[in-house]
Amino acid sequence: MAVPAQKFDLAAEILTALPAPAGEAGWASAARGAAAKRFAAMGAPHRRDEYWKYTDPARLLASQAPVAARISTDETPTFAESEQLRLVFVDGVFDPERSDALALEGCEIQPLAEALRTDIHWARDIFGVLEARSQDAVHRPLAALNTAHATEGFAIRVTGRVKKPVSFIYERRSDAADAFLHHVIRLEAGADLTVIEAGPAASRLSSVMEIDIADGAGFHHVRTQGRDHERLAYTAMFSRLGEKSTFKSFTLTANGRLTRNEQIVEFAGAEAVAHVAGACLGDGDFHHDDTVFITHGAPDCESRQVYKKVLRNGAVGVFQGKILVHSIAQRTDGYQISQGLLLDEDSQFLTKPELEIYADDVKCSHGATCGAVDEEALFYLTSRGVPRGEATDLLVLAFVDEAVAEIEDEELAADVRDQLAGWVARHRT
Amino acid sequence: MLKIENLHVQLEEEDKTILKGVDLEVKRGQVHAIMGPNGSGKSTLSYVLAGREGYEVTQGTATLDGADLLGIEPEERAALGLFLAFQYPVEIPGVGNMTFLRTALNAQRKARGEEEINAADFLRVVREKAKSLDIDAEMLKRPINVGFSGGEKKRNEILQMAVLEPKMCILDETDSGLDVDAMKLVADGVNALRAKDRAFLVITHYQRLLDHIRPDVVHIMADGRIVQTGGPELALEVERNGYADILKAVA
Ligand SMILES: Nc1ncnc2c1ncn2[C@@H]1O[C@H](COP(=O)(O)OP(=O)(O)OP(=O)(O)O)[C@@H](O)[C@H]1O
Ligand SMILES: [Mg+2]
Repeated sequence: MAVPAQKFDLAAEILTALPAPAGEAGWASAARGAAAKRFAAMGAPHRRDEYWKYTDPARLLASQAPVAARISTDETPTFAESEQLRLVFVDGVFDPERSDALALEGCEIQPLAEALRTDIHWARDIFGVLEARSQDAVHRPLAALNTAHATEGFAIRVTGRVKKPVSFIYERRSDAADAFLHHVIRLEAGADLTVIEAGPAASRLSSVMEIDIADGAGFHHVRTQGRDHERLAYTAMFSRLGEKSTFKSFTLTANGRLTRNEQIVEFAGAEAVAHVAGACLGDGDFHHDDTVFITHGAPDCESRQVYKKVLRNGAVGVFQGKILVHSIAQRTDGYQISQGLLLDEDSQFLTKPELEIYADDVKCSHGATCGAVDEEALFYLTSRGVPRGEATDLLVLAFVDEAVAEIEDEELAADVRDQLAGWVARHRT
Repeated sequence: MLKIENLHVQLEEEDKTILKGVDLEVKRGQVHAIMGPNGSGKSTLSYVLAGREGYEVTQGTATLDGADLLGIEPEERAALGLFLAFQYPVEIPGVGNMTFLRTALNAQRKARGEEEINAADFLRVVREKAKSLDIDAEMLKRPINVGFSGGEKKRNEILQMAVLEPKMCILDETDSGLDVDAMKLVADGVNALRAKDRAFLVITHYQRLLDHIRPDVVHIMADGRIVQTGGPELALEVERNGYADILKAVA
């Protein structure tokens, strides 16, 4: 068949167009080189790959970033009201002028490019390492490509319980631009950090975040991906959890022509907890894919996946969620729910839950549902005077709330709920 | 106030006629009761009046103060002042009781061209009415009817009615599933709302409720029709002898 050759040709072509940056430390160049090799060996992803069956990666691989109109609104950007360390990117390039000073108690923050020019041993143990580890189970060529090429992003080492969130604010100025972001985060034992991400970053985004969480540490992540309609995004978060550590991540996606958000979680120590959640809202030309892979490699860990998708006018939602439980991971508690709410008959929700379990004493449950708005509930609400449109809104917001409730910080959760309510009101029938 | 004439209703999904010519008029200030055997069409009548989907009106009319009810949306009927307390109140996870009730009240006010109620006034009104119905304020923070006992759901229906102040109240078996004290609270709640420009249609199987809410008129429904109409004594007769004699007499 013609497909395989084409995958490798395309990978080679892309690598030529996106060379590794020069002037980096030896270890960094080596990591780049290894990643490029991985990408070349795996080939560019293709629709016929099992892992891309429901989402066509072609537009992520096209030689030019697409033109994507920027939404201009006067509303305050998400999370702007919360106390935070603001780090602003414009079209995927850090803008120090508009950002806060890189100083935060309990935390060392450095631009990635700077970190890769020096001999920082902690970053060396993570950059491209967590991404590479994950490639054994499933090929993630776009993440390898990101490691090979991305220069923007931050290296953050957390040593204490950081009081305010680090906030990445992704603005756009250009109608058509590619952005490659790569963040590397290390939480030392007992440390705690919240990272916020807000905005679309570019008309086409590739983003990787590698998070290494030592024993007893906690990492919280809340993200909104902006409201631009035509943008494309591929994101992957790789997390490794030590004993009794916590990882929590929530993403809100409203609009966007194509989004693939991957979560790759590895339990390396016992009694750790990982919750990944997402809510997405799509109207029309919208394709949204959440792909999750959770490896239980240690006993007594808890994982929880909560994904909700509201779809209308031909929007497509995809969920691929896998829990792999190794034989050592006794007493694993794994929960997964993925639900699609279709507001009309043109929309689609495709879901593929996978369980692979080698331990005998585990508690794993998963549920996937897909349906329309509950007519009984709708009648109850309208019979009390709530107009049908508003009643539907209430039910839509109720539907996604199980995912939003995964956000621990009440202030951030309230902000996400406002965003959701705004979208729903703007897209009322 | 509520006028139903020769109402025929069948199911949309299957060829089954449920209401076969209902005639009923409830005047301003009155309380009417409807009794009748299981499956005779009492709930169907209430649903058709409130605008639930799935029914087809093949003949007849229903008006509220002269305005046609059957051709308009459920929310428009509510704004005209119609209220149905459900036989089986629906649980709606994720939608808070208070949010819902305030949205409903303000939507009705808006539809009638009245000013919206502010959050503080709303809270005060609800607290006060909840207290008189012995509803815990904490309960109202929960999603609609979720985790409520059967009796709590029914009391919540009456609370909503008290807050929305409709002019035509239909109560479908609000008494079933209530303990003796709760029944008294619900009846007191209804009686407190009795007014000369408000009317009630109370569907019930039991005389007990009618001891507390004295009806002006009692109807017996059987097989999709009102087969007998009388005063409060009709309910007593049903309580004593069941429906057999009444149905025999009209057959
Ligand atoms: N959606 C439906 N599909 C099928 N049958 C229905 C439907 N709705 C009502 N019916 C039938 O219509 C008849 C009348 O039902 P309805 O619920 O109105 O009776 P009811 O008088 O309220 O009875 P009860 O006293 O038991 O509450 C019953 O035979 C019922 O099975
Ligand atoms: Mg009934």
